[in-house]
Amino acid sequence: MRKSLEDLMKSRGLTASDSNFAEPWEARAFALALSLSESGRLVWDDFRQHLIMEIDEADKDVASGKPGVSYYECWLRALEAVLSATGMADAAEIDSRDLIAANPPTPTKAASAGPIKVA
Amino acid sequence: MSSNDHDDGHGHHAHNAPETGPALRVKALEAVLVEKGLVDPARLDTLIDTYEHKVGPHNGARIVARAWIDPAYKKRLLTEATAAIAEMGYGGPQGEYMTVLENTPRVHNMVVCTLCSCYPWPVLGLPPVWYKSFAYRSRAVSDPRGVLHELGLEIPAEVEVRVWDSSADMRYLVLPMRPPGTENLGEPELAELVTRDSMIGTAVVEYPPRKPPPVAKPAA
Repeated sequence: MRKSLEDLMKSRGLTASDSNFAEPWEARAFALALSLSESGRLVWDDFRQHLIMEIDEADKDVASGKPGVSYYECWLRALEAVLSATGMADAAEIDSRDLIAANPPTPTKAASAGPIKVA
Repeated sequence: MSSNDHDDGHGHHAHNAPETGPALRVKALEAVLVEKGLVDPARLDTLIDTYEHKVGPHNGARIVARAWIDPAYKKRLLTEATAAIAEMGYGGPQGEYMTVLENTPRVHNMVVCTLCSCYPWPVLGLPPVWYKSFAYRSRAVSDPRGVLHELGLEIPAEVEVRVWDSSADMRYLVLPMRPPGTENLGEPELAELVTRDSMIGTAVVEYPPRKPPPVAKPAA
């Protein structure tokens, strides 16, 4: 525990110009949750309860010497859980979109590729 | 490419290079939500810009400086924090219920969110990585002096350390003590001295500053 706090001390050397987000996807995940909250589609406290659960799981891993998933991975999992629970987006829809994004059509096909729907 | 293929701003991805892991997941998630009309990608861009460049500890620093200069404002800040903060034009998500904690020669206040990352966004921006870490969250309550020591701050034994857990609706802002020698500084110069960490309670305000204070400033 002491060692990790020393690591944190190093992180305090970050200048103010550093981003809040280590990766662009973290910023996107942050904004998705906040935007849905703004429009009233997501209840922040529901999201927060899921976030707490995900962080607790990650904490347990860290406490037992395993690497825990990062904060924003917890955030993303919590967001997906809320979206699934409220019917806004279920895992199957995201999985199939996942697959398309991982295997994008070749440029010659792109013009004719339409939106993918999951029944 | 599909209209959902956002430029991530780095420009180093090949035209059709696949993302992996969480980046892929978020891309897919955003695509689904945009297609359903549940989010507007332009709003996402604006939110990111707001929290990267506009909202930050420079907001809290102005509040602290004003409280140091203006005793009537300080009193309002300590008794009706949300309204007093709104007087300076700050409010919004995660700032709906604010309490300001005054550090004194007898009491040093420190803030944590033991369960997640609750933090007063409108006045401090988004929390630093260390604030969200297991190490800080699990030790701030049980061993605050140890944590402060490791973060470079020694609190004398005769000063009470009070740790406040944000894991509810309330968000806390620490009002650090004004350092001696600053009697002739104006409000803007005072604000320059106030660091993010002094408003969390893991540092104090120093004068002269040990090094340039890491207060976030809006992008030019």
